Amino acid sequence: MKVLVPVKRVIDAYVSIRVKSDGSGVDTDNVKMSLNPFCEIALEEAIRLKEAGTVTEVVLVSVGSSDIDTVIRSGLAMGADRAVRIDADNDVEPLAIAKILKHVVETEEAGLVITGKQSIDGDNNQTGQMLSALLGWPQATFASEVVLEGDTGKVTREVDGGLETVSISMPAVVTTDLRLNEPRYPTLPNIMKAKKKPLDVIALADTGVDVTKRVATLNVSPPEERSAGVLVGSVAELVEKLKNEAKVI
Amino acid sequence: MNNLVIAEHNNEALGAATLNAITAASQIGGDVHVLVAGHGASGVVSEVAAVVGVTKVLHADADQYKEGVSVELANLIVSLAGDYSHILAASSTSGKDVMPRVAALLDVAQISDIIAVDSADTFKRPIYAGNAIATVQSSDSTKVLTVRPTGFDAATDGGSAEVVTVDAVDAVGSTSVVGRELTVSERPDLGSADIVVSGGRGVGSAENFQIIEALADKLGAAVGASRAAVDAGYMPNDYQVGQTGKVVAPSLYVAVGISGAIQHLAGMKDSKVIVAINKDDEAPIFQVADYGLVADLFEAVPELVEAL
Repeated sequence: MKVLVPVKRVIDAYVSIRVKSDGSGVDTDNVKMSLNPFCEIALEEAIRLKEAGTVTEVVLVSVGSSDIDTVIRSGLAMGADRAVRIDADNDVEPLAIAKILKHVVETEEAGLVITGKQSIDGDNNQTGQMLSALLGWPQATFASEVVLEGDTGKVTREVDGGLETVSISMPAVVTTDLRLNEPRYPTLPNIMKAKKKPLDVIALADTGVDVTKRVATLNVSPPEERSAGVLVGSVAELVEKLKNEAKVI
Repeated sequence: MNNLVIAEHNNEALGAATLNAITAASQIGGDVHVLVAGHGASGVVSEVAAVVGVTKVLHADADQYKEGVSVELANLIVSLAGDYSHILAASSTSGKDVMPRVAALLDVAQISDIIAVDSADTFKRPIYAGNAIATVQSSDSTKVLTVRPTGFDAATDGGSAEVVTVDAVDAVGSTSVVGRELTVSERPDLGSADIVVSGGRGVGSAENFQIIEALADKLGAAVGASRAAVDAGYMPNDYQVGQTGKVVAPSLYVAVGISGAIQHLAGMKDSKVIVAINKDDEAPIFQVADYGLVADLFEAVPELVEAL
């Protein structure tokens, strides 16, 4: 079985973002870009399934311009077998991404899709569920454990009240939460090998997907700043302030 | 305009965050209908019918809705969608699970985690873990939205809505819930508690979290945890406050032994009053705290419990 891992390039998780002063968005010029952390977890899980002999091939897929090739190569260095990039703008909306991915799933005849639950830029948390709906497949979101047994998958999900385990029929879409695994660092030999792994580029037109935006971003602004308060010298002073100044207890 | 709000429940009680989503729907304007899809959930139906602002409750009762499986629920919502301009759910794990599926089946965008309604088609939502706020405008005929509960007040009791029964849609049957490990607690729900006491890596162990719990019990508070504390296994995942955990905005948030990573701040910086107790005076948490106490938590917290 072939597993497809859709990934996204985002501003590195450790970079403090800067909102552009004209309100048009977040500055991405000369900013370190990386694989979205949840996508790394998805890729790690797919690689482990291959190492365990459960799947035969791990195919990375991403939508964007050649800008994202470096990040795709870092995914190949982690251990994906090959990659597919659909050549498009870097800001395609989740619904259109899901439609493009549906095309790739069908042409690749993938039996499983594992992807991150959300990207840390848009924080949308939509693409996996949308893809699953378009394919008519079951979905298991926010996975913290994935066990494949033949035609079914058993996935433990992180939900608001605790943990929930679902049994889903395959093929299916799984989205990953934080505690599914600890992604590996690519080794130097694997980074070298990744340069020779296939990265196929597909024209957007070949997917037949209309990527016209449905949602216009009118403005992006920094959040209201919260100013630092005061340091208190003792527990007694803290209790006094909470009772008489803040009046919250 | 007609709004359909998807109620979150466990067939016995309504999830608190649904009340915030109802308020968001009321702000959009027009009728507010609420869908209760479950099995044996008539108590939830009565609860919803009594919420101010709700004009109609749609009740679907079938075995396939008992466990809240999104594949089943999405098909039901889509079958009702023709009557509505806006479909909303709280951005809980169940809302996030089902709403993108609904949107894709309707071939419309989904707008996640709205914190303000500017107009019927324009909304504000946080991006980059709340480090930027985007104002977005939808051009789709149906707006499918998830609502961040902390952005809207909870709707109150005192209404009396009409209840109608709606037909179930054929079950898909591809997904079944085979197990649940839910946290059972006497304390208030983390997402809607008025006071939250959270512990971080500084607490040091699962056993030491008793110190945090003692303070929470003294204050009648919910207990939370940072990602570091959850990753270290001190507390279960559903206690996590932060970008990828729960977003809370209580009247009082007490952060104990939490350094204040961006990821954590994203989940609590809209709290009215923030108290930080940390022995590292350079911890970033002090930059957002109204009251900071530089102290060893193992001394300060028991002392605080005594003093309250």
